[in-house]
Amino acid sequence: MPSIMRGTTDNAPGNTVGDMNNSRTRQPPCNTTTDGLLLPVPDADGLPFWEFAARGELRIQACADCRELRFPPRPCCPHCQSFDSEWRRMSGRGRIWSYVLPHPPLLPAYAELAPYNVILVALADAPGIRLVGNLVTARDAPLNSADPSRLRIGAPVKAVFAELAEDVVVPRWVLEEA
Amino acid sequence: MTAAPATAPARPAAMAPLKDTTAIVGIGQTPFARHLAEPEKTLACRAILAALDDAGIPPSQVDAFTSYTMEETDEVEVAKAIGAGDVTFFSKAGYGGGGSCATVAHLAAAITTGQATVGVAWRSRKRGSGPRPWRNTGAELPTPGQWTRPYGLLRPADEIAMLARRYMHEYGATRDHFFNVALACRNRANQNPAAMMYERPLTREMYMTSRWISEPLCLFDNCLETDGALACVVVSAERARDCRHPPVYVHSAAQGLPAQHHGMVNYWTDDPLTGPSWTAARRLWHTADFGPPDVDVAQIYDAFTPLIPLSLEGYGFCARGEGAAFSEGGALELGGRLPINTGGGGLSEAYVHGFNLINEGVRQLRGTSTAQVPGAETCLVTAGEGVPTSALLLRS
Repeated sequence: MPSIMRGTTDNAPGNTVGDMNNSRTRQPPCNTTTDGLLLPVPDADGLPFWEFAARGELRIQACADCRELRFPPRPCCPHCQSFDSEWRRMSGRGRIWSYVLPHPPLLPAYAELAPYNVILVALADAPGIRLVGNLVTARDAPLNSADPSRLRIGAPVKAVFAELAEDVVVPRWVLEEA
Repeated sequence: MTAAPATAPARPAAMAPLKDTTAIVGIGQTPFARHLAEPEKTLACRAILAALDDAGIPPSQVDAFTSYTMEETDEVEVAKAIGAGDVTFFSKAGYGGGGSCATVAHLAAAITTGQATVGVAWRSRKRGSGPRPWRNTGAELPTPGQWTRPYGLLRPADEIAMLARRYMHEYGATRDHFFNVALACRNRANQNPAAMMYERPLTREMYMTSRWISEPLCLFDNCLETDGALACVVVSAERARDCRHPPVYVHSAAQGLPAQHHGMVNYWTDDPLTGPSWTAARRLWHTADFGPPDVDVAQIYDAFTPLIPLSLEGYGFCARGEGAAFSEGGALELGGRLPINTGGGGLSEAYVHGFNLINEGVRQLRGTSTAQVPGAETCLVTAGEGVPTSALLLRS
């Protein structure tokens, strides 16, 4: 097991991440899906986020001492400097803070889908944390599945989890029904 | 030491050991084009030798070098090629275009503290014919790329467009405001024979009907892709008086990395629209004898048009949220409230990580710009907003 996993386990109360780490050996990262979309390549601090996403949980790193949430994850708490952290489960709800519609020139796999949307979602549980993602019509729908006219700053959205490759899952977002 | 400013300071300045102690005495550049045949190293040497010739200083006297961490020609190669002497100071500033003004700031500090006497700052880049960095799917994926790139937020244009959309939403900024920026830069480029867009006027019709790059940003909201190199020479104020051209003093210099800043994807702070320019500006004005209303001309980093209103706010030319409206009524044009990017900037002269903005600032204060602001005595030059940044106040 790589040392970064041990560090993560040490910092996770309840050993929830540790159980996952022991269950399999992670393959060296392959950068793209078979379609050519980029896969996340976690660093040591970010790895637990992706491990939790792989089982359909949206979790954000928090200080185990002062309880402050922080994103992106990092080794210690900028508020109290504690190195003890936990991963707090979010409701998966948020609102669109901003969005863009990329057009070519893009990497080929993205150019084929353009224009698609990229949204920034302010989490309902932590509005200062804004996750980059895509608004889609369903969990496995493509990046360009949502009608651009449905994009609106302030629109409520809910996380869904799309499996991009084996064991690689990313959160995406669908509009919440009014 | 240096002469006192022509007018009495509006307020007593803070202790400022670097104030006016050094000056830019030479500027040099290669042609700018989408494709230049020569390699980056050769272009770097040409720009540096041109700057030294402009200063009237032999290369053998150069003992300091500064550049960007993204610069691929290193000090060893440059120093031995141009025939520099023993070099006693060299440093590089990070964060792409955020490092432009820091190169001069580092030289000013080194020379003022006696670590060197003749400093050269340079940037050479074949971004026109060379690779687009965002196409590299291997090198850019670790932090923070894991949080952005899998979703197709691939390019700097996408990352800034995200902030631009929010800025439009919060403050009523429109595409016409961004057009005001693009037009001002293009109009100045149309006066500058060295500019890539010298013979290419821009109209509102062209802007509004151009293709999207990342909505809400269109083609003309994006800077050029350029092959080229630039350099400048910095010496002490005393030595500057013996050079070929009137000295352009480094009046104040600052870098800025705000608390809890995240780089170009600054999405996880309380206020993503308050960027590094605010941090650099506080330090910059703190040691200056003058304030924003006294700036005669500004060279503001313009990789993307929305960076201008954001920078106008950060550097204190207007209040938060007023940067877009500031651009109305020709304010950014020659004769306007604050003429900007008088060589054409990154949008219309050349995009060489903002170094052309430094050289144009020097030309303005020498009185030799192709779009001269009459009697200009003070110039603000800024580096990239949206990334850890830097800025200079220059004065004649």
